[in-house]
Amino acid sequence: MHYVETKDVVKQFSQHLALNKVNIQVPQGSVFGLLGPNGAGKTTLIRIITRITAPDSGEVLLNGRPLSREDIYKIGYLPEERGLYKKMKVGEQAMYLARLKGMSRDQAHIEITKWFKKFDIMTWYNRKVEELSKGMQQKVQFISTIIHNPDLLIFDEPFSGFDPVNAELIKQEMLKLKAEGKTIILSTHNMESVEALCDEIALINKSEVVLQGSVYDLRNQHKKDIYKFRLLCNTFDNDSLNLEVLSNIRYNEYTDVRIKKPTDMEQSQLIKLMLDRYQIAAFEEELPTMNEVFIETVTQ
Amino acid sequence: MNALKIIISREYISRVTKKSFILLTIFMPFLFMALVFVPYWLSTIKDSGVRKIVVIDESGLYASEFESTVNYEYELIGEANVTDQQPRLGKDIYAILQITKDLSQDPKAVSLLSEKQAPMDLLYSIERTLSEKVSEQKLEALSHSDNVDSKTIDQVKEIIESGSKISLSTMRWGDDGTISETSTVVASIVGGGFTVLIFMFIMIYGSMVMQAVMEEKRSRIVEVMISSVKPVYMLIGKIIGIGLVGITQLAFWGIMLGILFTIASTFLTNPEQASQMAAASGGIGGMEGMDIEGALASIMSVNWFEIIFYFLVYFIGGFVMFASIFATIGSAVDNEEDTQQFMTPITIILMFAFYAGFYSVNNPDGPLAFWCSLIPITSPIVMMVRLPFGVPLWEKLLSVALLYGTFILTSIMAAKIYRVGILMYGKKPSIKELIKWMKYK
Repeated sequence: MHYVETKDVVKQFSQHLALNKVNIQVPQGSVFGLLGPNGAGKTTLIRIITRITAPDSGEVLLNGRPLSREDIYKIGYLPEERGLYKKMKVGEQAMYLARLKGMSRDQAHIEITKWFKKFDIMTWYNRKVEELSKGMQQKVQFISTIIHNPDLLIFDEPFSGFDPVNAELIKQEMLKLKAEGKTIILSTHNMESVEALCDEIALINKSEVVLQGSVYDLRNQHKKDIYKFRLLCNTFDNDSLNLEVLSNIRYNEYTDVRIKKPTDMEQSQLIKLMLDRYQIAAFEEELPTMNEVFIETVTQ
Repeated sequence: MNALKIIISREYISRVTKKSFILLTIFMPFLFMALVFVPYWLSTIKDSGVRKIVVIDESGLYASEFESTVNYEYELIGEANVTDQQPRLGKDIYAILQITKDLSQDPKAVSLLSEKQAPMDLLYSIERTLSEKVSEQKLEALSHSDNVDSKTIDQVKEIIESGSKISLSTMRWGDDGTISETSTVVASIVGGGFTVLIFMFIMIYGSMVMQAVMEEKRSRIVEVMISSVKPVYMLIGKIIGIGLVGITQLAFWGIMLGILFTIASTFLTNPEQASQMAAASGGIGGMEGMDIEGALASIMSVNWFEIIFYFLVYFIGGFVMFASIFATIGSAVDNEEDTQQFMTPITIILMFAFYAGFYSVNNPDGPLAFWCSLIPITSPIVMMVRLPFGVPLWEKLLSVALLYGTFILTSIMAAKIYRVGILMYGKKPSIKELIKWMKYK
């Protein structure tokens, strides 16, 4: 079941085609990575999903139905360009944003208290936003995004500005939200977090979706037939094998080698060749990182 | 709609609870009163010369009542022609008081002709003297009636309690030989005052809307906001919220000035008596009675209800029209410096309206005043000048209809540009681009 689906979404700005027939399918209850270089059209797509702007053609389906005005209460959006009213008190600010999302004052108060305690910023409730550090403000913004318990969460670069401790806190919260069955769209340039969090991704380049699928499948599709061996020997001798060796690092007890498998050779043949000559402690086919997949796809 | 209410209340509350707003709102009336009354008060202190007032009493009933004071000397002339006395005006005599009939029969048969606007204290002392005498006359008349019934007692009571109303009309002898009723002076002051007020409020509160839009854009809260509410709600919420702040301030000032004026005018009308009374009664409580009523009478002669009603109508119309234009500018640019290019034409229009209003004071029915009070961009400012002089109903209706029609247009235009502009960062857009934005889906 796809929670969010875009169908042939096109958006044209005066001189520039921002989105060209974009189709993405976000499965329910998954973390979906929306990747792409700067200016590819990610933010425009997010703005269309959040109904901030309307597409020129195409449509967005939420839970199988066309997106409607009421659906914005089911969406929590943390934009990349985010801010708060500087002169407002932190608590009032969270209350204001929660009430604009359709929450009652009492309901909002309960949730704000809960989250403020969880994020350890309760003491800041009556301080003005301008007195807060950037990281603190980010916390308030994160809370404001999820306060109304939306089914769809969209985070645009959620980790920027956070120290590692708080970034981890946010990461854990996102995984908890996923476990609760929420659907999350994550737009980020941080590929490590994509590998750690995302089930599926879509890669947008030059206004078009150039890659879409599960993180595991995509990495497999982009593998380069590189195998890692840990050999229990002091020297690795390639003369007799005549293989393409990418790296050869000798340690006291073992040697790590990375070998590119010739295209006309089966995986089992390679293993057999190695087994005949060396004692193998570990063997692994190397999958490309998302970073490599990204760069390879975009620079093609 | 609920979201709109929440936005309006935030915009409103966050502004009226600001310290600077509270201080300005409280102290402005005092400052204003000081600006108006201190020079006036100083002028009365310095004024040591005795002014001569010629009394032409055709009824022969009142002339003897006028007693000369430190400041005013009354010269009594039984029956004389006013025109004979006129050349003396401004030379050896200050004013001519003419009473043509028995005032207990016709309270309007009295007029004061002067070259300059007669000071309030003179007017009140004349009114009081005449009023006392007329009351006496009335009581005298009643004492001759044969049967004293309850109706007579009521009449007596009324005369004692509220005195007798005298409507002293004041005339000015102009340089060109024309005589004009000086209530037009009050009208000019009232009209001019409201013009300045509406101009200032449109400028101050209109640019407040622009600042608010720019602040949201600069602090990048807009994107968070418009993921929960329609951009047009943010715009409307801001305009209504800030407009209400303006109306709150105006209402407070109106009430404060009313109170202060009452207190101050009592002191200025009759400083000695007021201070004696204040001393005697040990406070403000002693300043009740006839004097206040007299002081307020001439001000009350202006149709305040109508003026305040139209002031609100024009303030709302003018404010919304200019505020939506200001909001458009705020949404289109990134920083303060870039506003200049767009602000200049708006400021020129507003200044033109202000000066047109200023010159219309002298000629409230002239073509400049007429056309400028109909054209929507100048009408809120210019019409305020004309109102105290009386404006035909059709002109008022047409002017209001044009203004409100225009503000609906500018609001629609503003909403269209606003929703695109607040998300656009980077280079300053040209007018051509702004027009293009209006066509975006």
